[in-house]
Amino acid sequence: MIHHVGMADAKVARGSDALRTLGLGSCVGVTLFDAAAQVAGLAHVMLPSAPSGTEDVFKYADTAIPLLLSMVVQEGADRTRLRAKLAGGAQMFAFSKGMDLVRIGPRNVEAIYAQLDTLRIPVIAADVGGNFGRTIQIQCDTGQLWVRTVQHGEHYI
Amino acid sequence: MAGTYQLETQAADILRELGNIGAGHAATALSELLHTPIAMRVPQVELIPQDEISSVLGGPESLVACVFLQVMGDVEGTMFFVQSMASAKQLISSIWDGEGQGDGISEIGWSALGEVGNILAANYLSALMDFTHLRMLPSVPLVAVDMAQAILSIAFQDERTEGRYALVIHTAVHHRDEQEDAHFFLFPTPSAQDVLLRALGIGGIV
Repeated sequence: MIHHVGMADAKVARGSDALRTLGLGSCVGVTLFDAAAQVAGLAHVMLPSAPSGTEDVFKYADTAIPLLLSMVVQEGADRTRLRAKLAGGAQMFAFSKGMDLVRIGPRNVEAIYAQLDTLRIPVIAADVGGNFGRTIQIQCDTGQLWVRTVQHGEHYI
Repeated sequence: MAGTYQLETQAADILRELGNIGAGHAATALSELLHTPIAMRVPQVELIPQDEISSVLGGPESLVACVFLQVMGDVEGTMFFVQSMASAKQLISSIWDGEGQGDGISEIGWSALGEVGNILAANYLSALMDFTHLRMLPSVPLVAVDMAQAILSIAFQDERTEGRYALVIHTAVHHRDEQEDAHFFLFPTPSAQDVLLRALGIGGIV
């Protein structure tokens, strides 16, 4: 079964299930998984840091990742075995010097690396940057991450 | 405005009228450029949840050609001129004979699209400026061809505002026949919505 994760959302699943999120541009798909427990989580993060008191917790890297961590642990993942894979963080419009709004992608990626570093979760694969969108799907039992693009084919990381 | 998605009827009516004025000017400019009648339908003014941003374009992964502009001045926001690849190629070939063939979009086609977006946005905004006496200036147009959601999610990635719903003034563009060829979106930021509505003589949304 494939579980769909919308924008600014997160889900966990296990076993032969998969988690998928569509059309990541400057948003980043963050996955955490424990291959031994066959548990994975996926968050679709849109911005680096949350305004105080936000209810939209999965929208921001700094609130989404600690929460995703507790969700996968609750599902049976062992914290010390957790690994992360990321995809997205593109800059969709080329030639856009000086426009902050279009630099969000690289800044999202930086914020996510910082969070994962603080939480001591190693990032074992990443397909980030560029100027194209991505759809991703993680297989919960293997942690294999499928990345699909419109202009640059598809591959696994 | 997080969590609020009722738009006052009066506010919606006034924003729709404003959209009509902008769209009328933009359609005239585009008709002149293409030497063919262009119609822009009465705009829809609606609050779109961030998860449904690409629904009108055929879903998150549908391939679209998009011109993006930022609006600066008294009213800030973002504008998108979005169409399917087939419509984009048709538009390009009606500007440059012989272009718009093949799988991708050529460099000339790319800049033609940007220029069309530029003309639409400049005319749309200047009509709004005349009407409201507020400054609204378009940035340089940026062009991208990719998945609809990957592009349009930018409308929800403005760090100055928080909200799961964006106010969008959405106009469908018709070329020659009844077929809907393109979409024109204006997303004023929440503070810009207040500025706009105050200038038009009503209190604000909600």
